[in-house]
Amino acid sequence: MQLIAAIVTMIAGVLACAAYFWATNFVLDWIFPSKGLSGAAASRNLRITNAIRPWLFLAPALFALTIYLIYPVIQSVYLSFHGRAGQNFVGLRNYAWMVNDGEFRQSIFNNFLWLLVVPALSTFFGLIIAALTDRIWWGNIAKTLIFMPMAISFVGAAVIWKFIYDYRSAGSEQIGLLNAIVVALGGEPQAWITLPFWNNFFLMVILIWIQTGFAMVILSAALRGIPEETIEAAVIDGANGWQIFFKIMVPQIWGTIAVVWTTITILVLKVFDIVLAMTNGQWQSQVLANLMFDWMFRGGGDFGRGASIAVVIMILVIPIMIWNIRNAAKETAGH
Amino acid sequence: MTTSKRSPLTWAVHLSVLLLVLLWTLPTAGLLISSLRDKDQLAVSGWWTALSTSSRNDVARAPSSESQIERDGTFVIAGNLLQGQGGEISAFGFSSREPTAFKPGETAELNDGERLTVQSDGSFEIVSDTRMEGSRGQRIFFTASTPPRFTLENYGEVLSAAGIGRSFINSLTVAVPSTVIPILIAAFAAYALAWMSFPGRAILIAVVVGLLVVPLQMSLIPLLRLYNDVGAFLGVPAKTYMGIWLAHTGFGLPLAIYLLRNYMAGLPREIMESARVDGASDFDIFVKIILPLSFPALASFAIFQFLWTWNDLLVAIVFLGAGNDQLVLTGRLVNLLGSRGGNWEILTASAFITIVVPLIVFFALQRYLVRGLLAGSVKGG
Repeated sequence: MQLIAAIVTMIAGVLACAAYFWATNFVLDWIFPSKGLSGAAASRNLRITNAIRPWLFLAPALFALTIYLIYPVIQSVYLSFHGRAGQNFVGLRNYAWMVNDGEFRQSIFNNFLWLLVVPALSTFFGLIIAALTDRIWWGNIAKTLIFMPMAISFVGAAVIWKFIYDYRSAGSEQIGLLNAIVVALGGEPQAWITLPFWNNFFLMVILIWIQTGFAMVILSAALRGIPEETIEAAVIDGANGWQIFFKIMVPQIWGTIAVVWTTITILVLKVFDIVLAMTNGQWQSQVLANLMFDWMFRGGGDFGRGASIAVVIMILVIPIMIWNIRNAAKETAGH
Repeated sequence: MTTSKRSPLTWAVHLSVLLLVLLWTLPTAGLLISSLRDKDQLAVSGWWTALSTSSRNDVARAPSSESQIERDGTFVIAGNLLQGQGGEISAFGFSSREPTAFKPGETAELNDGERLTVQSDGSFEIVSDTRMEGSRGQRIFFTASTPPRFTLENYGEVLSAAGIGRSFINSLTVAVPSTVIPILIAAFAAYALAWMSFPGRAILIAVVVGLLVVPLQMSLIPLLRLYNDVGAFLGVPAKTYMGIWLAHTGFGLPLAIYLLRNYMAGLPREIMESARVDGASDFDIFVKIILPLSFPALASFAIFQFLWTWNDLLVAIVFLGAGNDQLVLTGRLVNLLGSRGGNWEILTASAFITIVVPLIVFFALQRYLVRGLLAGSVKGG
C-alpha cells in the first residue's frame, strides 16, 4: 500500500520533471521563434533562446542544490555562533566550549587516528590485492569477493563485526571468532570494543574491510593503464618483482593513489554509523560525526554546539575540496 | 630456469590472494551461517562448528509419582529426556556427583529400589516393584550430543515479530523514489554543463565538484529546522517520506551531475553538430540522442544512489520518524543492537535481510558499479 503510494509519487515526480522541461522549452520557442522567420529576427531570437535555455535546464538542479547544500552550509556557520535554539548570538562561545570539552578533544584525537590509519591501510591493501589478482586466472572472482563489502551498509557491517568481537567470560565457549582464536592460541578472551584506545582500531577494521574493495577497483584499473614498455624495459634491465612494482609501477599511478586516499579520507571524516552501532562513543571511541549527532538531540538538542562541530568537520574537508576543484578545473580546461 | 624460479612465487601469489579472500569473506559467511543455525546451538558454539555435532550436559526431571502406571505387577514412570528435539544420549546418571556414571541402555539402581534405564534416543523408564511415592520426580543427569540443525525459524521470527518485514517495505519506499527522482533533474543539468555554452559554466562546474565533498553533517541542523518550519506552516508533520525523498535527491545531485557531465562531455561532438545542422534544438538533441547514449552512466549513478539510500542511516533517522511505519532497516537494526544485543539469532538474521538487497544489486550490476567508480575518480587524477 505504502509502496504503491511511493511508486505513484515517484512516477508523478518524474512526469512533473519531464513536463517542466518540455513545457518551458515549448514556451521559450513559442515566445522567441526561430523557425519560419528569416534573417536578423531569426538570428536574434536564436541568440536569446540560446542564452536562456541553459538556465531552464539547470534550474531544478540549482534549486535543489541551493536548498539542500548551499543554504545549509551558510546556515550552519551562522548557527555555530548562536545558542541552543539558534536565536541569541553567543559569539565564539561554542568554539570556546569545544576546545575545553574533554569529549570533543577525545573525538578530535580519535578522528586523527582514523585519518592516519584507515585511508593508508585501505589504499595499501587495495594496491596489493590489485597487483596480486592481476597475475592469477581467478583474479576476477577474488576481486568480486573482496569488493563485495562495498555493498553492505555500515550498520550491517557493524553487526557482522560485533559478532566477530563477541565476548564470553573466560572458561565458557567463545562464539566470537576473534576470541575463539585468542583462546585457541592460549590467550585470555577480551571484550575488545570496550578497551579504551585499542577499540578505535577494532572499529577502523570495519571501515578498512569495506573500503579496500573501492581502492582495489580503482587502483587495478590504473595499474592496467601503465604502458607495457616501461615494465618491459625494467625487466630487460634486470629489475626484480619488488623493484618493478615499487619503483616503476607505483610512481606512475601516484595521481590515482592520491584520489583514492582523499576519497577515503572524506569518508572517514563523516564516519558515523559504525561508531553509533558499535559503541555509541562509549569507552573513549567517540568521533566528531557521532558527537555532532549526539548534540543535535542531547537534552532536547543544542543546535549551536552541533553546528559548530559540523563546521569543524567542514573545515577539515576544505583542503581536499580545493584540491579536487583545481584538478577538475585543469581537466575541464584541457577538454 | 625462469619457470622453475617462477613456480614457487606463483604459488605464493595464489596462497596470499586466497588468504586475503578468506579474510574478506569469512565475516559475512559467519553471519549467514549463524543466521541459519538453531538459536540454542548458536548461543553456545561458534558458527565454524556448525557442521559438527555438539554435546551438552543437562538435567531433566522425571514426572512425579502420580503419572506412574502399573504394568505386569511393577510400577513404571516413562518419558523422554530430549523431548523430541533430536540428538543422542551418550551418558546419564542420577546424582550430581556422578552425572555420567551410566551408558545408554544400562540400568541404574536408584537408592530406594527403583531402577532407571535410559535409551540412547532419550526415552527412559523408572521401574519399581512397589508403588512409588513422593510428589517430586527423579532428577536425571545426562550428556546429549545434538546433531547440527539448520533452520529458517530465525528469519520467520525477525520478519514478523522483530518488525524487519515492515522495515523492509519502508526501506524500499525510501530508496526507490530517491533513486529515480534525481536522475532526470541531473541529466538536464549535466547536459547544460557539458554541451551548452553560457557565462558562468566553469564556476558552476567547480561548485558541483566542491559540493561533492560537503559533509552531510553540515546540512542536518539547518534542514531539520527548515522542515520543522515548513511542516508547521503547512500544518503537516515535519517528518514525511516526501521530505526524505527530496533530501536524498538534493544530497545525491552533485555526484549525479558530476558523473553524467563527465560521461556526456566524452560523447563525440560530431553527433550533436550534425543533428544541429539538421535543425534539431538542444531539447531534441538531449532527449533523442544524449539520453539514450548516456544509459551506462545513468545506470552507474542509479546503482550508487540506490546502495547509498538503502544503506543510509543518518538521513533516515534525522528526517524520517521512528514509528513502526517509518523506521527503515538500518534504523531498526541499530535499535535491535540496543534492545536485543545478546540475541544473535535475531541480529544475524535481521542483518542478513538488511544486506541481501544491496548484495543482489551488487552481484547483478557490478559492471556498471565499477564503471561509475572509475568515471567518478580516475578522471579526477
